[in-house]
Amino acid sequence: MSTATVAPVKPKEKKEGLLSKKNRRTLFDPLDDNNPITVQVLGVCSALAVTIQVKPAIIMALGLTLVSAFSSLIIALIRDSIPGRIRMIVQLIIVALLVTLVDQVLKAFMYDVSKQLSVFVGLIITNCIVMGRLEAFAMAQKPWPSFLDGIGNGLGYGIILITVAVVREFWGAGKILGFQIVPQWAYDHGYVNNGLMALPPAALFTIGMYIWWQRSRKPKLVNVS
Amino acid sequence: MQHNNKYIFFYAIGISTLTAILLAYTAQVLKPRQESNIELDFKTSILHSVHEDASSRSTIEKIYGDRVQELVINNNGDVLTDVKVRDIVLKNELKKPVEERELALFVYMGEDGKNKYVIPMQGTGLWGPIYGYLSIEDDFSTIYGAVFSHKSETPGLGAEIAELPFQKQFPGKKLFDKNNSFVSVNVIKKTTKTDLDPVNYVDGVSGGTITSTGVDKMIEVCVKPYLAYFEKLKSAS
Repeated sequence: MSTATVAPVKPKEKKEGLLSKKNRRTLFDPLDDNNPITVQVLGVCSALAVTIQVKPAIIMALGLTLVSAFSSLIIALIRDSIPGRIRMIVQLIIVALLVTLVDQVLKAFMYDVSKQLSVFVGLIITNCIVMGRLEAFAMAQKPWPSFLDGIGNGLGYGIILITVAVVREFWGAGKILGFQIVPQWAYDHGYVNNGLMALPPAALFTIGMYIWWQRSRKPKLVNVS
Repeated sequence: MQHNNKYIFFYAIGISTLTAILLAYTAQVLKPRQESNIELDFKTSILHSVHEDASSRSTIEKIYGDRVQELVINNNGDVLTDVKVRDIVLKNELKKPVEERELALFVYMGEDGKNKYVIPMQGTGLWGPIYGYLSIEDDFSTIYGAVFSHKSETPGLGAEIAELPFQKQFPGKKLFDKNNSFVSVNVIKKTTKTDLDPVNYVDGVSGGTITSTGVDKMIEVCVKPYLAYFEKLKSAS
C-alpha cells in the first residue's frame, strides 16, 4: 500500500449544504484528479484480478462502492470513540461485518447473484482502497463527507476497472459483456484473439497506459505519486 | 486520541461481541432460506444435466419429485437402502478408499421412457473445488448431458467450464472406447496429439489448463466406482 495524497482537511465549524462545493469535490475528485488506482495507487492488486471480463468488473465496482461508502459512514460516526492504537482492527471488523452481512443476505434472497459474487467477498474485505480511505479520510471527517468520499473512490475505482476490462475483454476474447464484437469473418481471415490480454500482466500494461494518458492530459499530476 | 488501556480493552471486547451477535443473529434468521436455496440449486443442476431447463421453484420441485429417483449404491454395485442421499457428503466419500464409498445416484425417467443416470462429481480446479453432474444414457456409455460449476476459478479462463460452450461438447461423447474398455471422457488441450477416438475426449479451456485437467480427473475418479452397478443393470436387462 502506498501513501494517500490527500492531506486531512480540518472540519469546518460552519454548517454547509449537503452538496456544497467542497462536498462535490470530495465526491468527484476521486473519479479523475485523485483517482484511487492511478493517482493514489491503491487497490491495484484486485484491478489485475477482476478485469478479464466486463461483467465481474462491474459487479466488483458496485460491491466496492457500497462497502467503502457505508464503512466510511460508520467509521466516521464512531471515529471519536475509536482508540488510536486498535483503530485498524476496528476498521477491519466494520468492513468485514458489512461484506459478510451483504453476502449472507444475497445468499438468502438472490442466490444466483451470490454464487457469482462469492469470489469477490474476500477481495473486497482486503481491498486497500477501503482501508486507505478509512485511514486517510473517514477517521478525521464528518459522516456525510466521508460517505461521499467512499462513493467517489468506489466509482473512481470502477471507472478504471471497467475501462481496463473493456480493453482486455475486447482484445482477449473479441467480446464485450459476453457479446461478440469481432465478427466471425475476421477470424475466418486469420484474426486471432490476443491470449496475453487474458492474463494478469495485461492489466498492468493497460493501467500503465491509462496513467500515461492521464498524466499527459493533466501535467499537475506528474510526480504526485 | 489517547485512551487508557482499560478503555481499549473494553472497546475491543464490546465491538467484537456486538458484531458477533449481529452476524450470528443474521446467519440464524437467514439459514432456512439459504438452505432451501442450496437444495433448489442442487435439484436445478441435476435437472440441467438432463436438459430440463425449468427455472421457477415450483416447476423444479414438481419435475424433480415426479421424475427423479435417488439411490445410494456402493463400489460393488449393490443398492444400499439404509443410507439417504442427503446424508452423503461427496467430499468426504472421495477421501475414503473406493470400496467403502457410498455413492449417490440419481435416476431420471425421461419423457421417452428411457432412464438417464446422473452422477454427482467433485474435484479440484486451480483455486478451489469444482463440481459437476454428468448424465449418462441407458447404454451406460453415452453422455447425455453435463453441467459444471466452480467455487473460485478465474473468469474468462478456468471459469469457462461453467459456461455453455464447454458443456455443450459433452452430449454424445462416450465413456468406453471401441474395445469396450473404460477410458472416461477426457479433457484435452486443443493442440495436443492423442490416440483417443474423438468420441472419448473434448477440448479443454484455453488458458484454463489446470482447471481442464481437474475436470478430466474429476470425471474419471467419480464415474469409475459406478461401473459395477451399471454392469449389473446391463446384464439384468
